[in-house]
Amino acid sequence: MRILIVGGGMGGTILANNLARRLRNEVRSGKARITLLSASERHMYQPGLLYLAIGRMTPDELYRDQASLLEQGIEFHVDPVEEFRLDNNEVKTKSGKVYGYDVIAIATGSRPTPEEIPGLAESAELFYTEESAVKMFNRLRRFEGGKVLVAVGVPHKCPMAPLEITFMLYDYFKQRGILDKVKLHYTYPVGRVHSLENVAKWAAPEMDRLGISYETLFNLKEVDSAKKIAKSEEGSETDFDLLISIPAHRGMEVIEKNNLGQRGWIPTHRNHLNMEGRENVFVLGDTTNLPISKAGSTAHFEAEALGENIAAMVKLGSPVREYDGKVFCFIEAGLDRATYAMFDYNNPPQPKPPTKAVHWFKLAYNKLYWASARGLL
Amino acid sequence: MSNRRTIDARGSFCPGPLMELIAAMKMAEVGEEIEILSTDKGSASEIPEWIHKVKHEHVGTEEKEGVWHVLVKKTH
Ligand SMILES: Cc1cc2nc3c(=O)[nH]c(=O)nc-3n(C[C@H](O)[C@H](O)[C@H](O)COP(=O)(O)OP(=O)(O)OC[C@H]3O[C@@H](n4cnc5c(N)ncnc54)[C@H](O)[C@@H]3O)c2cc1C
Repeated sequence: MRILIVGGGMGGTILANNLARRLRNEVRSGKARITLLSASERHMYQPGLLYLAIGRMTPDELYRDQASLLEQGIEFHVDPVEEFRLDNNEVKTKSGKVYGYDVIAIATGSRPTPEEIPGLAESAELFYTEESAVKMFNRLRRFEGGKVLVAVGVPHKCPMAPLEITFMLYDYFKQRGILDKVKLHYTYPVGRVHSLENVAKWAAPEMDRLGISYETLFNLKEVDSAKKIAKSEEGSETDFDLLISIPAHRGMEVIEKNNLGQRGWIPTHRNHLNMEGRENVFVLGDTTNLPISKAGSTAHFEAEALGENIAAMVKLGSPVREYDGKVFCFIEAGLDRATYAMFDYNNPPQPKPPTKAVHWFKLAYNKLYWASARGLL
Repeated sequence: MSNRRTIDARGSFCPGPLMELIAAMKMAEVGEEIEILSTDKGSASEIPEWIHKVKHEHVGTEEKEGVWHVLVKKTH
């Protein structure tokens, strides 16, 4: 069986490694073949961007060579897919090569699209790419005080990022000794400060205590970059001196161009993870249209379920288990405390109060990530 | 003639049914109806509240076997 994995990020890497271990004998005997196609020879630890934006990490610390993360037996090529020919069970890549497959798994991720909101790209600081996070850090360093507005687009990857960056900014300004000159104003798209009710219940009083003001039901519609005013779909306006944006995301352009899913979100079965209407096309990570967090842990748990299922398809002829919607997220509550949330389709999260211990665990995870990508955790 | 799309947000704790609807609104065309399925009874009040604020139309809400079906229409 020829297994083709498209995307060498969190989901694709864990899936490839998981399969390589489960199918070691089958790969050796030629019964199975695992090919991974990606767009980059480097693998970025994306959660590190948050630390980069406040000067706690440097760009080089975010990357590892993708090949160094892969098990033996995986054929890896940096050759991005340009055409998905699902009816013919093949893809065509940038180099012009055609790769046939029996089973394909798509994990091409998602991208922020600030350009969709008029005025946003030219007014805001972002931290969702290396370049923007470095720019944001340099802007923060020069910032001497004023109103800092945090604005959040939907959907976005890493649901914890809006709260995390807000609390981290608070601590950052405190450490620089300019907190008395800074007014932090947080906005959020739904009717509470975070989509997870228990997280919102903890975070709102925490913001009250720290003097961070907030406005809910605020979906950015446009930014007047000359007057420095952000306007919402809901009809309100708020001014700012520094705008920090978590922009709305789309899936990758290649997904949209090949008509695999509107705005790059591929219609995916919530338990079987196959693309709707296609039995040999699987989808994982940010690019699914599933109503769950676009997070590394989601991609991780999906990859584990798929690894087991695709290996079973080789060995038994059909998949053996369902994905239950499991997600786990760390939540940084400042620069020295953190908590976490775990949930699935049937069980809501019960977050605990933030502690220093969880923060240190998250910092350790910044390193452990690489073990996890290799499928060792 | 109006087309309709269904958003299956059952068991969605994060981002949750309202966020799913906000995202879906970006994909829908004016005049299109969106049905959101939610297992969170809060959606029955939360979704119409937002829909009124942003001046789209709340067509109706029904509960069937623990699932709330909230129907809205994109009007602009
Ligand atoms: C600032 C920030 C903080 C975050 N914090 C956390 C956190 O604390 N916890 C957490 O769980 N998650 C966090 N995330 C989210 C997490 O990084 C993503 O959800 C996760 O990486 C998604 O995995 P993926 O495999 O779907 O996509 P990605 O990891 O983004 O990988 C996509 C891959 O596809 C490749 N690709 C793209 N186009 C093509 C193509 N045409 N052909 C072949 N390959 C292609 C890319 O090169 C890349 O290798 C954070 C993200 C950001 C930006």
